[in-house]
Amino acid sequence: MRKAVVDTHVCVACGCCMKVCPRKAITIPKGICAEIDQELCVGCGLCAKECPASVITLEVCEK
Amino acid sequence: MKQNKKWYDYLWIVSLTYLILGFFNILFAWLGLLCFFIPLIISVTMGSKSYCNKYCGRGQLFALVGGRFGLSRRKDIPKWIKSHYFRYGFLIFFFAMFFLMLWNTYLVFAGSKDLSTVVTLLWTFKLPWHWAYHGTLFSDGVAQFAFGFYSVMLTSTVLGFVTMLLFKPRSWCVYCPMGTMTQLICRARNGSSPHNT
Repeated sequence: MRKAVVDTHVCVACGCCMKVCPRKAITIPKGICAEIDQELCVGCGLCAKECPASVITLEVCEK
Repeated sequence: MKQNKKWYDYLWIVSLTYLILGFFNILFAWLGLLCFFIPLIISVTMGSKSYCNKYCGRGQLFALVGGRFGLSRRKDIPKWIKSHYFRYGFLIFFFAMFFLMLWNTYLVFAGSKDLSTVVTLLWTFKLPWHWAYHGTLFSDGVAQFAFGFYSVMLTSTVLGFVTMLLFKPRSWCVYCPMGTMTQLICRARNGSSPHNT
């Protein structure tokens, strides 16, 4: 299964990903960078498409 | 796709109205200070970027025009724009220009410079804007600040619009000086350790 992963170093914490996530799996804790709840993420890729900085990728993970 | 809309999902109307009002009476430009102080206050007192995340009307406007109306190529933004060098460099440049504008306002307040009824686009092009000036009850400096601040707002909107067309709808968010600054404030306030994998 694929899950969204944020490159935290370049994330601008704008929150675009949070807005499009249908599972409400994304938060921007403390305004630093986006954080994806891997339990909730279904790997739909909407956030990766929306991210204006294109710092979200879908990566294969076990489970 | 979009869930229940909240009141703050309509703040793009406020941003659009702001831009339009500047064509009729430049003194409305003063209202733009809200977009300046609210994000700062939120980041300093609450340590969050909820202004960007929820309330930014400009971001919503770009999302609407570039996303819903499709006026965007939806391509990846070039790497150099999202680099820290560019983002922090742009923040510094933006603030240098902002202080230059404040200095010009001061000179008009102090009476050593005349009011210039122009809007400066991209820090270079002086657009005649006298039709939006109908006098002020106070000092000419009040109007000078309005022209200067509206120039900042219009310039950033134009830049954001161009990058919206070229890249993704909210590309402006990547190098928005307010966004960069509030993120820096949040980092400083909350410790910089990114804790995501």
